[in-house]
Amino acid sequence: MLNYILKRILMLIPVLIGVSIIVFLIMRVFSPDPAPIVLGQHATQLATEAWRQANGLNDPVYLQYFNFITGALTGDLGTSYYTKMPVSKEIFARFPATIELALVAIVLASFFGILIGVISAVKKNSIFDNIGMLIALIGVSMPIFWLGILLIILFSGTLHWLPSNGRIDPMLQPVAVTGFYMIDSLIAGDMDAFTDTLQHLVLPATALAMYSMAIITRMTRSSMLDTLQQDYIRTARAKGISEGRVIRKHALRNGLIPIVTVIGLLLGSLLGGAVLTETVFSWPGIGAYTVTCILKSDFPVVQGVVLLIATIFVMVNLIVDVIYAFLDPRIKYSKVKG
Amino acid sequence: MLMEVKALSTEFKLKRGTVRAVDDISFTIDEGEILAIVGESGSGKSVTALSIMGLLQNPGRIAGGEILFKSQDLNKLSQKELQKIRGNRISMIFQEPMTSLNPVWRIKDQIMESIMTHMKVSQKEALARTIEMLDTVGIPSPAERANDYPHQMSGGMRQRVMTAMALSCGPDLLIADEPTTALDVTIQAQILELLYRMREKFGMAVLLITHDLGVVSEAADRVIVMYCGKIVEEADVKSLFARPLHPYTVGLLQSIPQIDDESDEPLYMIKGMVPNPLRMPRGCPFSDRCDRCLERCSQEMPKLQDVDGHKVRCFLYDVVSEGGHAQNE
Ligand SMILES: Nc1ncnc2c1ncn2[C@@H]1O[C@H](COP(=O)(O)OP(=O)(O)OP(=O)(O)O)[C@@H](O)[C@H]1O
Ligand code: SF4
Ligand SMILES: [Mg+2]
Repeated sequence: MLNYILKRILMLIPVLIGVSIIVFLIMRVFSPDPAPIVLGQHATQLATEAWRQANGLNDPVYLQYFNFITGALTGDLGTSYYTKMPVSKEIFARFPATIELALVAIVLASFFGILIGVISAVKKNSIFDNIGMLIALIGVSMPIFWLGILLIILFSGTLHWLPSNGRIDPMLQPVAVTGFYMIDSLIAGDMDAFTDTLQHLVLPATALAMYSMAIITRMTRSSMLDTLQQDYIRTARAKGISEGRVIRKHALRNGLIPIVTVIGLLLGSLLGGAVLTETVFSWPGIGAYTVTCILKSDFPVVQGVVLLIATIFVMVNLIVDVIYAFLDPRIKYSKVKG
Repeated sequence: MLMEVKALSTEFKLKRGTVRAVDDISFTIDEGEILAIVGESGSGKSVTALSIMGLLQNPGRIAGGEILFKSQDLNKLSQKELQKIRGNRISMIFQEPMTSLNPVWRIKDQIMESIMTHMKVSQKEALARTIEMLDTVGIPSPAERANDYPHQMSGGMRQRVMTAMALSCGPDLLIADEPTTALDVTIQAQILELLYRMREKFGMAVLLITHDLGVVSEAADRVIVMYCGKIVEEADVKSLFARPLHPYTVGLLQSIPQIDDESDEPLYMIKGMVPNPLRMPRGCPFSDRCDRCLERCSQEMPKLQDVDGHKVRCFLYDVVSEGGHAQNE
């Protein structure tokens, strides 16, 4: 198992090299020249040239890439063209917001998705099943930004129950330790900040969770329906154990194995930044920020973010596979060759 | 008498119509007896077993009849009361050894679950009993193999595990639904041998379901031949093999491969196919395949009646009775 994990981590290297080359080229081929955007339309030829030289944009592309990748290996992702801040700082300032939102969303989505999915399967064709499937249908078909706006209008605008903007009341902002406000506020022992953080999370997390929840609900239902038809479930019933135990102990463990993969993939994509959700809720995360950087041709930031997201995506998948092997004894990764 | 099934009928309500998979069958099983149910695929053998176990799944349901186990009608019990009997007094081995064990549970846990559900024993005692049972059913180094997952075992070994599990609470009746069908011929013989040995050792009655009359001759005391959900013949095993009465039984017997058969003649096969359960022939269900079909066969349903110590459902023997044998139904 350990061998397998090591191998998978080594396999990360070609993936990251490939991904970095692709972003690097795409940015340089398709993005507008950053110099006039950074310096303004009226910058002199001389100033533009000097700026290009200073930022290494006059070097041949392979050299630019080489510089980028050697920098990245030592943890130096360059500086933003605009803020002149190190890219790593820019990312750290925003990524925790994205992770916090994504984790809360995936927890919500998994909890409700599995719950509704399992009950729908066990009570197939009942009213509960029909309502559950309707919710799932709405979940997959409703655009997130639209759902977000509806939630804001209802719970923030009309009812004034929940905030719709940002991560926390600026007055309550805790000292940044981890960048996760739920944790930072607890470290600071500030319960008001903690509650405020949770309240700010409710609406964006709900909007973001809806789609994933719908997917998880559907997959859980069909996986459980399939599992409940299996011969070993009949064997379990034949043992004379209660139906509840048959479902909890025999069906659930088997039925949820494929769901782990689904949740992992969904989490991976949520961590990539939920651009629309972040925009609608003015969430200071990485997704909306990256889009602005792409539009402004801020090459170092975009490259850094993409590299980071690719790494996280691969790591999440690795963790999913490890959990998978743990849940399903039939899988022996040590025997799978690299 | 351990079990008495009276006029049991089981139906599946489908969109296209209602399938009566088991139609008015009655039989008894004595303590320690091996009763075989034989019939082609689709004749309702498994449905009979599942009806007894109370394991029918939607849309299947018992449409009528009684299943008296030690004089208690299982069909009238609640699921909760049935659970106390299932896996405990009556247990079952299934047709599909490869898929009948939970793939993510160690086999010891699966057997221990059975024991701990029905017997008041500690974890440790349950484990000891599990290993003892695995040993009894002929699993080498049972203490180690107990830690295996099902996928680490062959089909024959898994069927042994199933048998150990089914026998772990010392049932009065073991239902073995085609326990050897999915296995190699040599393994088949071993599993049958095992069942026989277990009956000797534990003295439980066995309801042995099979489509292979060859299996029956070696193991069973009494045989029921089923066709299209109905009993067409019932007799003790010696007399059934010596003198089969029903044309269907005759056909089944002729289609058993003979090991000492030197001739090159192809094996006999009953012509035609089992009728679609939604479009049964009007009279005798076997009439469209029967070599000796009479005129009335396709009009009326023959009744099950006693003939020479057999029970048989065929008009050929009606004629005999009219000829003076004085047979009453
Ligand atoms: N789940 C079901 N839904 C609908 N009909 C069913 C179902 N299970 C069984 N049946 C009907 O019951 C009939 C008898 O099935 P059963 O499984 O008892 O046959 P069998 O004698 O055990 O055959 P085999 O030798 O293939 O195991 C089938 O032909 C089918 O029409
Ligand atoms: S009743 Fe007629 S058709 Fe049916 S088995 Fe007897 S002879 Fe054949
Ligand atoms: Mg069957």
